[in-house]
Amino acid sequence: MTSRDVLRLLFFALLVRPFLLVAIGLSVRHRERLPKDGPVIIAANHNSHLDTLALMALFPLAKLRKVRAVAAADYFLRNRWLKWLAVDLIGILPIERGTGRGGVDPLAQAVAALDAGDILILFPEGSRGEPEMRQAFKRGVGYIARRRPEIPVLPVFLRGFGKVLPKGDHLPVPFFCDVVIGEAMTGAGEGFMQRLEQAVDSLAGETPSPEWV
Amino acid sequence: MTELLSFTLFGWSGANVVILALVGLGLVVATALVWSRPEPAGDDPKALAKYRELRARIGSWWVMVALLVGALAFGPIPMIVLLGFVSYLALKEYLTIIPTRKADRVLLLIAYLAVPVQYYWVGIGWYGMFVIFVPVYLFLILPAAMVLRGETQGFLRAVGTLHWGLMITIFSVSHAAYLLVLPPPGAPSGMGPGLLIFLLIATEFNDVSQFLAGRRFGKRKITPKVSPNKTVEGFVGGLVATTLLSMALAPLLTPIGVPQAAAIGILLATAGFFGDIVMSAVKRDLGIKDTGTILPGHGGILDRIDSLVFTAPFFFHAVRYFYF
Repeated sequence: MTSRDVLRLLFFALLVRPFLLVAIGLSVRHRERLPKDGPVIIAANHNSHLDTLALMALFPLAKLRKVRAVAAADYFLRNRWLKWLAVDLIGILPIERGTGRGGVDPLAQAVAALDAGDILILFPEGSRGEPEMRQAFKRGVGYIARRRPEIPVLPVFLRGFGKVLPKGDHLPVPFFCDVVIGEAMTGAGEGFMQRLEQAVDSLAGETPSPEWV
Repeated sequence: MTELLSFTLFGWSGANVVILALVGLGLVVATALVWSRPEPAGDDPKALAKYRELRARIGSWWVMVALLVGALAFGPIPMIVLLGFVSYLALKEYLTIIPTRKADRVLLLIAYLAVPVQYYWVGIGWYGMFVIFVPVYLFLILPAAMVLRGETQGFLRAVGTLHWGLMITIFSVSHAAYLLVLPPPGAPSGMGPGLLIFLLIATEFNDVSQFLAGRRFGKRKITPKVSPNKTVEGFVGGLVATTLLSMALAPLLTPIGVPQAAAIGILLATAGFFGDIVMSAVKRDLGIKDTGTILPGHGGILDRIDSLVFTAPFFFHAVRYFYF
């Protein structure tokens, strides 16, 4: 373990997990569907910076090194502080949004992580958007899944994190949040993204949702 | 009987120790009964789910009793902090299940801050402030703060539901905590904890006995639209059982005498019943079955403390008026 790994472990053990436990209080449905080991792609809806931390905290601390969240390079590499937080502390995989420029394969790092047996967290909506509203999925997950068709894709639905810490806000307000884990999907191909969207939406139906206007 | 219980153990009065030991014993018996049941054979998923829920419920009871006894053992302050945490969880649960407005985010943080403030009044024993902080000060301050946010759409509903939640989750529950500091200096040691232990045992016992009596004898529904499981027979059965329990326990744990304990038992059974069906009505209105998932086998915190929310203030004021 490098010093970075130790720091990440301490960050999750001493800050993230207690915060999730006391200020939020996760209710995880179908935890048994979560695989113990990679390679696996976790595809979740995205409403808050907390989404990444909550999904990473679902795995035991010893596995933390193998859990990588794919995040937008243009956002998280903006300045050195944010870069340190995102890359060094949380260990994101920065990815260029939009099409690859100059012949560089934007998904190469993600595929390499899967080949190394990592657990890859992806937000197919591409950005957090309006809190607690799902946007249309972008195609990135589909491209990765097509290149590694044997690797399972796990649809996950997150509810409430957009209320706790929505885009543009810096002060978290405590609410209980739900994490609903779906059945693993394989066989990327025609209509895969549509199936994934439907899977996440049907998971949403498992938790009640009060109105938030 | 009273001479037998006049010892003290680790600074606790004998009655408190014996009654808590009896609660522990009851829990052991219940656990043995539940665990000795064989897993339902065949592939009826409903029976299996029910079997698992019962086991989970017993497990949650152990955690709750252990936390309460542990906190009580360390003195009034840890117990007040624990009940404050219960209020916080209940408020969080309430705010999660009701519709809220984005404009009120910061206001909800102020509402959360009210939890430590209210329990601070309890801790320092400032009765006057304790009893008006939520119903007077927050009642006026929260709408004032809300109006500054400038959003008038849904204003009345937002301010009304928020204040109702504060009354239920903070104000009512904190009455249970105030029992600890209610006896004046010089009162026999263990009287505060005795009052609280009595309230908790009688409230939970009433829940269970109304449920069991309803299942055994239940015929005539009281509130078919709100809670179809509540029957006249269940209510009366629970009331009789709780009154008898109150007459047996109150003289040991509290300054309440036997005839008065009968009245207290009736009060607690009635209040507990209404707490239960009021929370049922809230859940029906919101279209949910449980208020949360924090207590496996029970549901949410509000599902568990629904009757306590009603029994605590009634019991507190009855005791305070007649005995302190």
